[in-house]
Amino acid sequence: MLDDGRSTRGKRILRVRLNGLWREDAVADNQLLVDYLRESVGLTGTKTGCDGGECGACTVLLDDQAIPACLTLAVRCEGRSIETIEGLAAGGRLNRLQRAFHEHLGTQCGFCTPGMIMAAEALLRRQPAPSDQQIREALAGNLCRCTGYVKILESVRAAAADA
Amino acid sequence: MHNAPPGRRRPTPAAGVPLIDGIDKVTGRARYTADLEHRGALVGRILRSPVGHGEILRLDVTRARRLEGVVAVVTGEDCRHTYGVLPVAMNEYPLARGKVRYRGEPVAAVAAIDAETAARALALIELEVRELPAHYDTASARAPGAVLLHEDRPGNIERAVHHVFGDPAAGFATADLVREACIDCAEVNHAQIEPHAALAEYDPQTARLTMQSVSQVTFYLHLMLARCLQMEESRIRVIKPFVGGGFGARVEALNFEIVTAMLARAAEGRVLMELTREETFITHRARPQTSVRIKLGLTRDGRLTACECEVVQRGGAYAGYGIITILYAGALLHGLYDIPAVKYDGYRVYTNLPPCGAMRGHGSVDTRHAFEVLLDRMARELGLDPFAVRRRNLLVAPTRTLNELAVNSYGLADCLDRVEEASGWRGRRGHLPRGKGLGMACSHYVSGAAKPIHWTGEPHAVVNLKLDWDGSVTALTGAADIGQGSSTMVAIAVAETLGVPIERIRVVAGDSATTPKDNGAYSSRITFMVGNAAIDAARRLKKLLIAAAAHKLGEDPENLDCLGGLFGSTRATQTTLSFADAAKAALVNEGTLTVKGTFTCPPEAQGGKHKGGAVGSTMGFSYGAQVVEVSVDEATGRIVVERVWIALDCGFAINPLAVRGQIEGSVWMGMGQALMEETRYLDGMPAHASLLEYHVPTSVDSPPIEAYIVESIDPNGPFGAKETSEGALAGFAPALIAAVADALDVDLDQLPATPDRVMDALVARRRRQRLQHQPAGDAK
Repeated sequence: MLDDGRSTRGKRILRVRLNGLWREDAVADNQLLVDYLRESVGLTGTKTGCDGGECGACTVLLDDQAIPACLTLAVRCEGRSIETIEGLAAGGRLNRLQRAFHEHLGTQCGFCTPGMIMAAEALLRRQPAPSDQQIREALAGNLCRCTGYVKILESVRAAAADA
Repeated sequence: MHNAPPGRRRPTPAAGVPLIDGIDKVTGRARYTADLEHRGALVGRILRSPVGHGEILRLDVTRARRLEGVVAVVTGEDCRHTYGVLPVAMNEYPLARGKVRYRGEPVAAVAAIDAETAARALALIELEVRELPAHYDTASARAPGAVLLHEDRPGNIERAVHHVFGDPAAGFATADLVREACIDCAEVNHAQIEPHAALAEYDPQTARLTMQSVSQVTFYLHLMLARCLQMEESRIRVIKPFVGGGFGARVEALNFEIVTAMLARAAEGRVLMELTREETFITHRARPQTSVRIKLGLTRDGRLTACECEVVQRGGAYAGYGIITILYAGALLHGLYDIPAVKYDGYRVYTNLPPCGAMRGHGSVDTRHAFEVLLDRMARELGLDPFAVRRRNLLVAPTRTLNELAVNSYGLADCLDRVEEASGWRGRRGHLPRGKGLGMACSHYVSGAAKPIHWTGEPHAVVNLKLDWDGSVTALTGAADIGQGSSTMVAIAVAETLGVPIERIRVVAGDSATTPKDNGAYSSRITFMVGNAAIDAARRLKKLLIAAAAHKLGEDPENLDCLGGLFGSTRATQTTLSFADAAKAALVNEGTLTVKGTFTCPPEAQGGKHKGGAVGSTMGFSYGAQVVEVSVDEATGRIVVERVWIALDCGFAINPLAVRGQIEGSVWMGMGQALMEETRYLDGMPAHASLLEYHVPTSVDSPPIEAYIVESIDPNGPFGAKETSEGALAGFAPALIAAVADALDVDLDQLPATPDRVMDALVARRRRQRLQHQPAGDAK
């Protein structure tokens, strides 16, 4: 960082519950949540696929809601709970969506997968038995270029049935 | 060849196996280029041309260089060597020299301690350009007196192709119906979800460069880095991390990759370059805007008598793959149906737009679209069923096409039967309510180019296997897994040939320091070529293991085999040896075993002797037939795809799960091109360069796709397999246009079939009908 004071000006201590654990970090007022996760914490499972709000690859959960981390300031998450793809496999066991995406080939190149799974996770938490149309709508902001969504839908259906 | 006899047991569970790197992907553990450890790396940024065509009068980087925190600045002065994927057409510099030829062309680049400093440095670079007249469409670029983009290319024609096979005039003379169509297909983009990125490290102590990038063909990147940086190839290491999709975007070395390496060397350190989505669009290299004029002759009963086709591609500012693309567009008129005469004229035109390149279905898609659309219209005019017309013109394998392409297996007839039945075509076609329709079309694609671009005399593929004291088998391959599952395919091929569970195989891929050279993920070559090389390597290893096991068991090697990881006699004795014990026995006096398998396409598979005759040649074509069902809203022109039935002859499905995934994905990508995808430029300025403006189908727009696998068991494919990732794409758009014609009796001549174009066609049809119903003289 340049030694002209720019980089320390406007920083504050952020306290968040990240994947179940509380932590504190100094973050700039203008730091985006996606950069906080990737660059400051080192959780690179959350992806950047566009120039802001176009693709859904950065989807994480903020208090159980799926949000684009690239359009969210880190400081807005003060005192709240953030979950990323890295937090889903509790105790090393794959979460049901992760297992289903793996077994049903809901992932090909895998770049959209973390965001897609987080969006699906938010759906299953609020709607444990979604219809096909509900699944399609819940994932409409998450672009995938490999699967044609066929096996993504199959994966979410299988995970829902796995409850 | 190493084919297995037909009827052999399926090598994998019937449904297929998940990807061997799938768990990394679903847990977020998989590291893509931008995820690689890069603490302390400099940030690279590129300054791009603000004009579509111009002469660089002044480029002053002094102030940028002086800015604190800037470590390196590079310009065209730092690399006077051209690069390009085709040895005969390298006409591009990583950073422009003398002229800029499209808006967004890289002109200079900086490496700085952070993104903010890099951005400020770019703003301090002084660039003065004298604008030249620019050509943004092929008509203007080809017009007399047009300013040339490249002095050695009169008329801005990068390549003209003129091929005639058979006697077209005689063919048309015997036809009962001759019709022509002019079809226009918009330029589209791969839009892979991972934006471009590269991480380069130059070590000044050892003068070595390590490059990690999003490449599909690390070998080409390696070659071009050595050429542009004037380094010995042996001092460069290229590694492919996880890659977030390719679809052809990354089959040639890209300017930002070379620029990142230039910056790393100038900075004597590590540079991470992450392109924005906008820059990723501008880097482009995708399917060109294409105008097709096609003419077909048919007999009354649907037999094709001749085909004449002219293709004009808007290639963009540099050569890239252009020559191959324009050759493919003509070559793959052949190989799908039996046509007695074919004339092809192709023109690849330079324009002041981002260079086009290879994209899934390379070169074949827009021509196939035009061909199938016209065939459907003529079938209607003759009152023939579109399935019947296709069946009337089937090839019989083995055969050679007029342009000397080998067709060794051909499952198209089965594909037609499967989708005709599955879609309920016979009962439903013509009986759907107004606004609903069914359409069908066919397509095919190569299983790897039989003649590689860089001809070196080496085999087409090499796979190494390492067997060590721990009983593990490591397969080393340069094949680039970009999500299509190629590493999983290698694991299956080795495991099945050895007779061990797939879990025993580890695959290491895409690192020039450890894996054998490979021509990478292009032209759907990996399953056919690398798969065969993997089988060859596993057979050699198995021979060594059987000899060792036979010695240990006191059996005749002839009578031994390995099944389920156990070596035992094929006669009914009880003694067996575990794979681990056989491995230990094989290592006695030898130590760690390394074996190599190869695959080579024989010269007779490499196409005809005519100029450009190698393009299109392959050891095996995949074949597909599909039916598309649509609803069209007459008030808005909006098309909804209700369902798709697709059957693909992939020879043999080594991993049925992955095969279905590839078929669904390619059909869907064809749907994007058919319905909505289109790049747009305003005076050379990209107006589409985000995923909000460049529309790709979302989960809400995407129909159920029923995929059927047809297995023709290719005589040369690994276990009989052929390609599966590209062949289905080209059939979607013409099937959709046929379905719209069935629904509303309108002919659409343009892709994508957006609501405005559908409305235009509906209005034109109504006007035509009004004219027909008015007495002559009343027409307005």
